[in-house]
Amino acid sequence: MPAPELLLDLTLGALLLILAVAALHGQRLYTGIISFIAFGLLLALVWARFGAPDLALAEAVIGAGLTGVLLLSALGRSDSDSEPAPIRAPARMLAALLLGVLVLILLLRAVLPLAQGPQPLPALVASQLEASGVSHPVTAVLLNFRAWDTLLELLVLLLAVLGVRQLRPSGQPQPGVWPLLQAWSRVLAPLSVLTAGYLLWRGSHAPGGAFQAGALLAAGVVMLRLAGLLPELRWAYWPLRALVLIGLALFLSIAAAGAWLGDGWLSYPPGWSGPLILLIEVAATLSIAASLSLLVVGERKELER
Amino acid sequence: MSGTTFYLCLGVVLWLLGLHGLLRLQQTLRRIMAINVMGSSTFMVMVALASRDGHNDPVLQALVVTGLVVAVSATAFALRLAVAHQPRRSSRQSTREPGE
Repeated sequence: MPAPELLLDLTLGALLLILAVAALHGQRLYTGIISFIAFGLLLALVWARFGAPDLALAEAVIGAGLTGVLLLSALGRSDSDSEPAPIRAPARMLAALLLGVLVLILLLRAVLPLAQGPQPLPALVASQLEASGVSHPVTAVLLNFRAWDTLLELLVLLLAVLGVRQLRPSGQPQPGVWPLLQAWSRVLAPLSVLTAGYLLWRGSHAPGGAFQAGALLAAGVVMLRLAGLLPELRWAYWPLRALVLIGLALFLSIAAAGAWLGDGWLSYPPGWSGPLILLIEVAATLSIAASLSLLVVGERKELER
Repeated sequence: MSGTTFYLCLGVVLWLLGLHGLLRLQQTLRRIMAINVMGSSTFMVMVALASRDGHNDPVLQALVVTGLVVAVSATAFALRLAVAHQPRRSSRQSTREPGE
């Protein structure tokens, strides 16, 4: 392996370790959360270094951006900012260290041999790519070969929104809006819509797709909502509920139609898979955007009828 | 040491760090962050395995994309639970509407 790549790997690895330790053991919780956001951004760099731009995009938007907003808003609602002093008994630390080293050895022995295993899946995907209706392998896997995963994932997202709604979130007044944020979000929000549309459209033949586009749209909505430029997203407003449900509903009805009239559950009729996948992707993007925005900025009034 | 092996080891170490944090830390938010660190390190092992032969395995990458969305859903729910569980801040006047 050439030296520059190793240098990059070592730098990224050291930074990730430092940031993870800072996120978990930093003195103040606020610093920890900021370190965690930086950790997510660096992870996106690692995915990009592995040649997985789909993942890098998703991680930067979801892992770093939306999770960061969630953590910061939870911090704003919680009480204590500093960790209670941990018990520093030497015997305990020694035991933890010993156990940690043992588990590390066990895990390494389990994980490292996996790297030598055969890798039949890429060739299999490449051989079936023609029939899938899209030309980007990751999208083909997500929406054709392993469509069950995507279907159930939309269900998990819906369950999370419903669960958050059940908890009657505490309605906290929003802090005063910073004028610069308003001006910036007016510029950034149209860009996020444009980029999301581009990612969605390109997802069929290049990195991108429904998740990244939906998350970007949600980021735009969250920003506008935080800047006070968007009215409350009311759960009672039926188009919003329809948006949350449309992805799962369309996906389920296409799957059921396939099971009833066609070859089986989630197998698209030949020749139709391209348009059907695009349709599902558009619906899933809207659903993911609506659900994620509700998860992140859904306040009491917004989630109740 | 190849890149794949390096990131496999890094993923395992990060996972252990997250596990230690989950067991050791007392603040709920930190524990949720520790679970997220464990999840990210699992993704790292998967992505490192996906590119072990030089060409990318789209199945593993698609699984990680799905996993990211599931992780953020679970985190949002966990954070809401954590905030709901906490005693209300004294400075906030909790005006509860009738009929709740």
